[in-house]
Amino acid sequence: MDKVTNWGLYPTVEAEVFQSSDYKELSEFVATQDHIIPRGNGRCYGDSSLQKKICSTLSLNKFLHFDTERGILKCESGVLLSEVLEVIVPKGFFLPVTPGTKFVTMGGAVASNIHGKNHHIEGALSLYVTGLDILTETGEIIHCSRSSNADLFVNTIGGMGLTGIILSVSLQLKKIASSYIRQKSIKAKNIHALLDYFESYNDWTYSVAWIDCLSKGDQLGRSILMVGEHAELDELKPSEAGDPLMVHKKNQINVPFTLPSFSLNKYSIKAFNFLYYNKQFKKMADTVIHYNPFFYPLDVLDNWNRIYGKNGFVQYQFVIPFKNGKEGLVKILEKIAEAGAGSFLAVLKTMGEGDRFSAPISFPTSGYTLALDFKANKKTFELLSVLDEMVIDFGGRIYLTKDARMDKKVFEKTYHDPFTHGEKFSSIQSNRLCI
Amino acid sequence: MKTVLLLGSNSDVGQACAATFAKNGADIILASRTAADFQSRLAADIAIRYDVKTETVSFDALAYDSHQSFYDDLPTKPDVVISVFGILGDQDLATKDFAEAQKIIDTNFTGQVSILNIVANDMEAKGAGTIICVSSVAGERGRKSNYFYGAAKAALTAFLSGLRARLAMSNVQAITVIPGFINTKMIQGLETPKLLTATSQQVANGIWKAYRKKKNTVYVLPIWRWIMLIIKSIPEFIFKKMNL
Ligand SMILES: Cc1cc2nc3c(=O)[nH]c(=O)nc-3n(C[C@H](O)[C@H](O)[C@H](O)COP(=O)(O)OP(=O)(O)OC[C@H]3O[C@@H](n4cnc5c(N)ncnc54)[C@H](O)[C@@H]3O)c2cc1C
Ligand SMILES: NC(=O)c1ccc[n+]([C@@H]2O[C@H](COP(=O)([O-])OP(=O)(O)OC[C@H]3O[C@@H](n4cnc5c(N)ncnc54)[C@H](OP(=O)(O)O)[C@@H]3O)[C@@H](O)[C@H]2O)c1
Repeated sequence: MDKVTNWGLYPTVEAEVFQSSDYKELSEFVATQDHIIPRGNGRCYGDSSLQKKICSTLSLNKFLHFDTERGILKCESGVLLSEVLEVIVPKGFFLPVTPGTKFVTMGGAVASNIHGKNHHIEGALSLYVTGLDILTETGEIIHCSRSSNADLFVNTIGGMGLTGIILSVSLQLKKIASSYIRQKSIKAKNIHALLDYFESYNDWTYSVAWIDCLSKGDQLGRSILMVGEHAELDELKPSEAGDPLMVHKKNQINVPFTLPSFSLNKYSIKAFNFLYYNKQFKKMADTVIHYNPFFYPLDVLDNWNRIYGKNGFVQYQFVIPFKNGKEGLVKILEKIAEAGAGSFLAVLKTMGEGDRFSAPISFPTSGYTLALDFKANKKTFELLSVLDEMVIDFGGRIYLTKDARMDKKVFEKTYHDPFTHGEKFSSIQSNRLCI
Repeated sequence: MKTVLLLGSNSDVGQACAATFAKNGADIILASRTAADFQSRLAADIAIRYDVKTETVSFDALAYDSHQSFYDDLPTKPDVVISVFGILGDQDLATKDFAEAQKIIDTNFTGQVSILNIVANDMEAKGAGTIICVSSVAGERGRKSNYFYGAAKAALTAFLSGLRARLAMSNVQAITVIPGFINTKMIQGLETPKLLTATSQQVANGIWKAYRKKKNTVYVLPIWRWIMLIIKSIPEFIFKKMNL
């Protein structure tokens, strides 16, 4: 038995973890179990990949095929996106969709149907998956795509591991000229200004905003919007042009112990204020930066999740439709500021329409999506229950891969389409939500 | 670029060696007795990650008769051969059943002699090449708990020492690698002291360094050299009564 916990360090469970690189062994294991859940790199925040029996995919770490003509990569599900980048970037390709950390597995990315800063333009990962090999509950390995076993294919993308264990993924990559991003940062004095900026910069491929959650009144939603495009060769500085397809550096700084929780407050606010008030930082700033700090600013700190103390934290990410966006975000931000519950920074993105190639429980759908971290404690859970009701009223929903505490009723009111899958694959989360 | 032949490429240490040499630009031939499906995935993985050529071939250390044709049929003759196959065997069973004792000796010693001799002859004729073979600290003094394995490794170490001397004249380097514990499937389930237990990657790094520096004999985790010095210097009348 091992103690297993995901990125939020909440909850922690006692579990038996099985891991193998041998398909036959995996299939025999699956065939003989009652209830199991696949687990990748544990970067979901809560209990999506927790269960008494866990099948870890981390030994499924092989690249299988790379068609550099068409930009299609096939690899096993336990390969990390960081490893994928190391292989594809030097060949002039990038991930079509990437989350805010590169330390997730391909299987985890597919199972959560991840979205990035480009969802409003380029959609979710589902649009780029060209094939999957899935180990299903009978122990059989089924190849599927949009044209063969399409139901299984679609239900697995965003299906949170409930349809089987993804063994391998084929992915259509994106062509890039350089590994740098041309970035523009814009200061917004409040939420109204920010939403206007989001609209005027809507045609940029990548966009994301950091919001200071402590400011109130006129300054509610004080923020920085960052938008970006993959840089062309002639946009690089001479120092960068020598190695235009440079891969990220691997060194990370370790957070060696769980910090007392008050330090978090100080650090994140300081970081934000530094950026916001920094004299150099004009209302608008243009830079060219490497993809690593642009997409993965927190990855330089190993284990930054320990910053919240040993009781862990929860992330709350919801989406609400554009039509209720302004009103909804204002009310929710007010509630959070008023509660003083200790979320200091929030991340806001926009999403385009959902798609037909992902499971009914997949998250992305058009609207504003806000993500915030809170220490896991009673006060937080009370506040989040209030926010749940607001999200329901505004016609939104909550991202399962970030969730550790949502109530079944909230789930039922926000995810409407029926999702059919077998009994064998289930997580503590899917049991809690009766998915 | 150089071509590396890995004998026993399904071994955990072998996989780490394959990645380490490929990372440094070598093409890799993976030779193993089993797991064809896994070996082909491994070959694809190494080729894609490190942008080198890889091949898989089948090789059974105990099928001595096949060794010459195995070597003759290789797609490319290797510049470097890394031999990592071996079995720990069942010590208790070996005391009762000669078949087990023989399997331990044949796999760890006779099989190595058979294939490495063929490799040595080719490299000697060419006047170039490197042979790297993994023996064990178990071969430094026969211990109660694993002396069949230990005896075979002792013979292997002696063989490699002689082979090195013979090949030195022909610009061929033979390197003996002597690890202590390695946390691989070979000793799965055995509790070993953390400080004395290497990872496969550490062994592979040690092997890479030994190759670059043209070493003769290397201990992986240098502390083992001292431990074995002490173990070898324990007087027999005490050693006999120890539970090692
Ligand atoms: C700092 C940070 C930033 C993030 N930013 C974003 C973001 O911008 N956008 C976004 O969409 N997400 C984001 N995430 C969430 C993350 O991308 C997802 O939770 C992802 O699923 C984690 O992958 P994993 O390999 O760690 O899988 P796990 O966390 O282990 O599992 C996640 C889910 O995938 C399932 N799963 C894992 N592997 C398989 C498999 N082989 N077969 C079937 N099911 C499987 C599990 O059962 C579980 O339901 C972020 C997470 C962190 C920590
Ligand atoms: N692990 C330790 O603590 C330790 C310590 C000192 C030295 N060593 C030595 O290190 C080397 C590598 O071992 P390891 O730790 O990586 O263990 P391992 O993973 O068990 O590797 C040993 C490999 O030898 C292969 N093999 C066995 N019999 C064979 C045969 N007849 N023909 C071809 N291949 C055969 C096995 O093939 P299959 O995979 O098909 O079974 C296996 O892949 C061995 O020489 C071992 O003696 C190990």
